[in-house]
Amino acid sequence: MRFGTEIVLMGFFTFLALVAAGFGVDEPFRQHMWVLFFVLLGFVVVLLRNTSFAASAPIDPSAYMDGPIRYGAIATMFWGVVGMLVGVLIALQLAYPDLNIEPWFNFGRLRPLHTSGVVFAFGGNALICTSMYVVQRTSRARLFGGDLAWFVFWGYQLFIVMAATGYLLGITESREYAEPEWYVDLWLTIVWVAYLILFLGTILKRKEPHIYVANWFYLSFIVTIAMLHVVNNLSMPVSLVGSKSYSAFSGVQDALTQWWYGHNAVGFFLTAGFLGMMYYFVPKQANRPVYSYRLSIIHFWAIIFLYIWAGPHHLHYTALPDWAQTLGMVFSIMLWMPSWGGMINGLMTLSGAWDKIRTDPIIRMMVMAIAFYGMSTFEGPMMSIKAVNSLSHYTDWTIGHVHSGALGWVGMISFGAIYYMVPKLWNRDRLYSLRLVTWHFWLATLGIVVYAAVMWVSGVMQGLMWREYDEQGFLVYSFAETVAAMHPYYVMRAAGGAMYLAGALIMAWNITMTILGYQREEQLMPGSVPSLQPAE
Amino acid sequence: MGLMDRHAIIEKNATLLLVGSLLVVTVGGIVEIAPLFYLDNTIEKVEGMRPYSPLELAGRNIYVREGCYLCHSQMIRPFRDEVERYGHYSLAAESMYDHPFQWGSKRTGPDLARVGDRYSNDWHVQHLADPRSVVPESIMPSYAFLKDMPIEVKDFSTHLVANARVGVPYSQDMIANANADLVVQADPNADTSGLEARYPKAKIGDFDGNPQQVTEMDALVAYLQMLGTLVDFKTYDEAAGYR
Repeated sequence: MRFGTEIVLMGFFTFLALVAAGFGVDEPFRQHMWVLFFVLLGFVVVLLRNTSFAASAPIDPSAYMDGPIRYGAIATMFWGVVGMLVGVLIALQLAYPDLNIEPWFNFGRLRPLHTSGVVFAFGGNALICTSMYVVQRTSRARLFGGDLAWFVFWGYQLFIVMAATGYLLGITESREYAEPEWYVDLWLTIVWVAYLILFLGTILKRKEPHIYVANWFYLSFIVTIAMLHVVNNLSMPVSLVGSKSYSAFSGVQDALTQWWYGHNAVGFFLTAGFLGMMYYFVPKQANRPVYSYRLSIIHFWAIIFLYIWAGPHHLHYTALPDWAQTLGMVFSIMLWMPSWGGMINGLMTLSGAWDKIRTDPIIRMMVMAIAFYGMSTFEGPMMSIKAVNSLSHYTDWTIGHVHSGALGWVGMISFGAIYYMVPKLWNRDRLYSLRLVTWHFWLATLGIVVYAAVMWVSGVMQGLMWREYDEQGFLVYSFAETVAAMHPYYVMRAAGGAMYLAGALIMAWNITMTILGYQREEQLMPGSVPSLQPAE
Repeated sequence: MGLMDRHAIIEKNATLLLVGSLLVVTVGGIVEIAPLFYLDNTIEKVEGMRPYSPLELAGRNIYVREGCYLCHSQMIRPFRDEVERYGHYSLAAESMYDHPFQWGSKRTGPDLARVGDRYSNDWHVQHLADPRSVVPESIMPSYAFLKDMPIEVKDFSTHLVANARVGVPYSQDMIANANADLVVQADPNADTSGLEARYPKAKIGDFDGNPQQVTEMDALVAYLQMLGTLVDFKTYDEAAGYR
C-alpha cells in the first residue's frame, strides 16, 4: 500500500498532538498543539486521498529526483511573498502605530514572523531546493535515501508553520533569528540532520571524481547551521507539555552565544549557502566557467574560518569583556577580504560575457546580487569598527545594512536561481515573459536603493541626535523627539519595501504562468539577437 | 606537488571535506565563548543582585513574550550621553540571573535597563494601555489586553525549578513559597515579610489598580519597576568590583 507507514505514523502523531492539546500546562501551548493537530490531520487526509493498493511505478535510479525541488521552488516564492508582505506591514506599523492590533498582530510578535519568514521560510526553501538541484547535477547522481527528500521538504514546512503560528501566540525564546521554543527546535534538529544525510549521501554516491565548489559551500552551510542551532538553543523546559523554557546560559555568556549564532546565521545561512547558489547558477546562466579555481579554494576556507569569530561585534561597548569585543572587531575587518574574494570570483565569471547584462535580465539580476554582496560585506566590516559602531549600534543604520544584504544579495540571487530553474524543472522552453523579469529587476533595485538610503539617513541622524549637546552641556533632544523625527523616513522605508514586494508579486505571476505552460508573445530584449548589418 | 594541487585530495573525499570544515568553524567559538565561563573577571563582584521574585519573573516572561526586546535595549553603554540619559552604564553582574539575556539590539524606544522607580505604577499602566495618551510622539503598540489576562498562579514554582536547574540560586524556601509569593507581592494588604526577606528590595503593591485579581499587567509593571534598582551605585566601588 502506498504511504502505508506514513499514514500510520502521521495518525499517531496527530493523536499525540491532540493529547498535548488536552494536557498542556499553559494556554499558548494548548493553542499551539491545536494548530499542530489540524495541520497533521490535513496531512493524514491528503495522504489517505492519494493512497492506492496498486504497485507503484518503478523508479528509474539514474533519473534526477525533481519532485521536491518543484515543490521547493513554489514554496520559496510563496513564503517570499508572505515574508515580504509582513515586512511592509511592520514597516507601516512603525510609521502608523494604530495599525497594531493587540495581542496577536502587535509589532513585537510580527517582527519575528517577518525575519523568520524571509530568512528561514523564503531563504531556507531557496537553499534547500537549489542545493538538491545543484548536488544532483554536479554529482550526476539521484538524491540519496529514496523519499528522504520529501521528508526534508515537508518537515521543513511544518517547522515554518509551527514557528510562525507560535510567534503570533507569543511563544518565543527571544533569541533573535532563533525564536522558536524548545519543541519546535527539536523538530528542526531532526529535519536538519535528515537534510545533512540527504546532501552528504548524494555527494558520496557521485559519479564525478571531484566535489564541485558549490557543494563545498552548501555542505559547510548545512553542518555549521546544525552546530549553531543545537548550541544556541540549549534550554530547560518548564514542563514537557508546556511552551516555556529557560536558556541554559545567562547574561554575558548567553549574549555571546546568541550573537555567535546570530552573526553566523548571516555568515552561513545567508552567505555560504547563497555563495553555493552563485557558484552554480551564475556560470550556468552566463555560460562561462568560474573565473578562478584557486580563488575559490582560498576564499572558501578563509570565509568559513573567519566568519565564526565575528559575533562579538554585535556587543560592542556592552558588558561583554573588552578582549572579546576587540577580537570580534579584528576578525570582522579581516572578513572583508574573503568576502570580496567571492564577489570577484562571481563577477569575473562574466569575463567575455559582459554584454549579457544588457541582453539577459536574469544575468542582470545575478550581477546586481553580487554587487550588493560586495557593498554589504564592505559596510559590515566598517560598522564593526568600535568607533563607527558607537554611532550605528541601536539605530536604523543596522536595519538598512541588513536589508542591503538580504534584499540585494540573498533576494536577488535567489530570484535569479528560481528564474533559471523553473523552465527546466517543468520542461518549458523559456519563461512566460522576460520583460516582466526586467520590471521585477528595476522595481527590486529601486526598492532596495530607497530602503537603504533612507535607513542610512534616519540611522545616522538618530545616532547623532541621541548624543547632541548644547553649549551649556545639556542633551539637546529628549528620546521622544528623536522618535518623532523618524516618521518621514519610516514612511519612505515602507514605500521602498512595497516596491520590492511589488517586484516579487510580478515574479510570482511570471513563475505561475510559466509553470502553467503559457508563453507571452513579446518583443525580444533589445540586442539579444545580433542584428544584420546592411552591406555598405 | 603544490599546496593547491593537494587540495584535490579534499575535493575527492566528502568525509574529509565535512570534518575539515566542521573543525575550521569550531575554532572561533571555542576561543571566544569558552573562556567566558571560567575567567573570573568576566563578571564583576557586586552587592545587591538577587534572583527575580516570582511576580517579577512572570512579568519578565510577558516582556519576552510580547517581544519588548525588539525595540527596547537593556544595556547602557559607557558613553556620556547614555549615562546622563539612562543612568550608570550596565554591569555584567546585573544580568547574571537573566535566562535569556534581554540586552536587545535596537532602540526604537528608550533603554529600559534602569527604568525602575522612574515613573509611578499608574503611569506605567496608562502608558502600556494607551502609549500616546502620555507620550504623544510614541509609536508603541497598545497592551491594554494585559489588564484582562489573569496570571496562571498554579504551579508557578515549576518556573523557579527550571531556573534553578540552569544555575539561578533559588533556594528550597523560595521554590516552596513561589505560588504564595507571586500573589502576595501584588497585594499591599498582605503580610509580605517573608517575601521581602527572600527578595530584598522587592516592590510591593497593587500595580494595575485592580485588587480583584493578579493580572499580567501587575506582573509586567512589577518587573519594569525593579529594573536596575538592585545595585546601589552610591556605594558601588568600581575598583573593588573588578577582579
